[in-house]
Amino acid sequence: MARFILVRFARAFLTIGVVVTFAFVVLRASGDPALALLSPETPAEAVEAFRKAWGLDAPLWVQYVKYLFAVVHGDLGQSMRDGRAAIAVVAERIPVTLMLTAPALILNLMIGIPAGIYAALKRDSLADRMVMMVAVVGFTVPSFVLGLLFILAFAVELPWFPSGGAGTWHHVVLPVITLGLGGAAVLARFSRSAMLEVLGQPYIRAASAKGVPWASVVAGHALPNAAIAVLTIVGFMVGNLIAGTVLVESVYSWPGLGSLLVVSVASRDLAVVQCILLVVAAAMITTNLTIDLLYGMLDPRLRQLHFGRR
Amino acid sequence: MMHTLNRLKADAACMMRDEQGPRMEALLQIEDLRVAFDGVPTLRGINLTLARGESLGMVGESGCGKSVTWLAALGLLTQRAKVTGSVRLTGEELLHAPASRLDKVRGGQIAMIFQDPASALNPVHRVGDQIIEALRLHRDMDHRTAQAEARRLLDQVGIPDAARRLGAYPHEFSGGQNQRVMIAMALAGQPDILIADEPTTALDVTIQAQILELLRQIQRETGMALVLISHDLGVVSEICERVMVLYGGHIVEEVPADRLFDQPAHPYTRGLLAALPSLDGPRQRLLAIPGVVPNAAAFPLGCPFAPRCNRRIGRCDEWAIELASLDGDIRHRAACLHVTSEARAGEVVAA
Repeated sequence: MARFILVRFARAFLTIGVVVTFAFVVLRASGDPALALLSPETPAEAVEAFRKAWGLDAPLWVQYVKYLFAVVHGDLGQSMRDGRAAIAVVAERIPVTLMLTAPALILNLMIGIPAGIYAALKRDSLADRMVMMVAVVGFTVPSFVLGLLFILAFAVELPWFPSGGAGTWHHVVLPVITLGLGGAAVLARFSRSAMLEVLGQPYIRAASAKGVPWASVVAGHALPNAAIAVLTIVGFMVGNLIAGTVLVESVYSWPGLGSLLVVSVASRDLAVVQCILLVVAAAMITTNLTIDLLYGMLDPRLRQLHFGRR
Repeated sequence: MMHTLNRLKADAACMMRDEQGPRMEALLQIEDLRVAFDGVPTLRGINLTLARGESLGMVGESGCGKSVTWLAALGLLTQRAKVTGSVRLTGEELLHAPASRLDKVRGGQIAMIFQDPASALNPVHRVGDQIIEALRLHRDMDHRTAQAEARRLLDQVGIPDAARRLGAYPHEFSGGQNQRVMIAMALAGQPDILIADEPTTALDVTIQAQILELLRQIQRETGMALVLISHDLGVVSEICERVMVLYGGHIVEEVPADRLFDQPAHPYTRGLLAALPSLDGPRQRLLAIPGVVPNAAAFPLGCPFAPRCNRRIGRCDEWAIELASLDGDIRHRAACLHVTSEARAGEVVAA
């Protein structure tokens, strides 16, 4: 058990290191922050002074070593736009994004999983076809298209909700539904196929042959096995809680982490972009680690694999 | 005095019933059972009766209908299967019976064990819990009693250290042990009939022998009827009193096990026996029955085996297949035109 967790942690740090390095190199290779941030009429001496002030005049590897050293000491740098600590700029956006993604996740789970299970149990019926048709639409239509359609329908034609911005719960409704439907469609498809796979297993027929009523076969024998597969996709969705809303936030001008990322990349606000990527990577890795531990709880075969004998 | 006399009378009546009643009435009677999947027939009219405590073997190659017969009888086929005919358990019709009734029959009166024990047990539940589930369903036990009974059952099927092993998961057992667990689970409901659907196919040869011995021993101890589905003629003839040979969804021969090897009547049965490798004598090429089982779309009109048969004559192609007794022995019947005509000829001679 201890060894398993140790290995996972080592791997987690390695992953974060790769993300940090990659972000550092790509950001600096893709454009000069001084030119992006300052207006074109800025005199050459002022641009030079800006570069010196932010350490951009040093060779790349010196900048990188300095950056790594600072990160290890908990210093993620300052935003070039307003001079505040990057971590503070990022941290204040996280709850704003969660305000959309947390309810959306609940919507995903509450619609997607039951719909998928229902479709699997009623395989090839009209209900199954309907559920899958809706799911395919929800699955293939990109979230920004869905978002724009919703704005057109429920903000412009029927002025029930604001078309963007934040402040009241009215602002939350459309983005949450946009995020929720797409995720629910993915989950419905996944739950259905996981359930069908399990329902075809010999132990389901064996449970029926033993005299277990069908409802208990589904609840007691099929669902716990299907849950193992569904957990994978749920884990991915939880990992996306923080980062997966860039498009929807842009469509609804929601002032969350996604909007911040777009603005910061456009203006080459290096420290902030790097900080966001670090936070997102850490969230993903934490979720994956949790999911791995949950697998062990759901599946005794993996438990033994990871943790030795009970 | 009068009282005693009445008692005696009652006892005598009772004895009469004991002697005649159960023997007269079959434990299970299947009549003209037919199954079709999406309109394609798989089972083409099975008739069989099973007596209390009897052991019946069913052999035939894959797809001949030996498993489907029992899955259909227990209502375990998917919705796509159209099932007709009649399956009566002590006179009660099972086909299309309500689910609540079938749940009582399954495991409680007719239990079934399957080919691949490792995948027939639920991987996420402890084996103890899976046995206890059956006990609680059919024997109305509270959890503690059920736990003790589950331990006894595991012990009975020969799993060492039963108390501790109750807490283990299926993947922690070997294939043979898993089949023992399946048997324990089947015994939990104290069924009258145990259907063993190729119980040893997925196991090593040495383990096969152990499992078969266990089945035989348990049948002796509990007195339940045993139906052994297999494609292994040797296994079936050794364990069972009576053997049915199936081909293309029909029963083509029904024979007492001790006559299977000496007097097979149907050309298909003979072909199966000829295909067995012999242990002594010089090494020789294995014999196979030429051809393949006809597929459902091009199924022969007459005898289903005719296209592969070495005794085929013209009339085979239009003959409506039916079982006929051999030498007037109702225990040995075969569905072959030659047998039927010989029987007819016999009748004529006798007359």
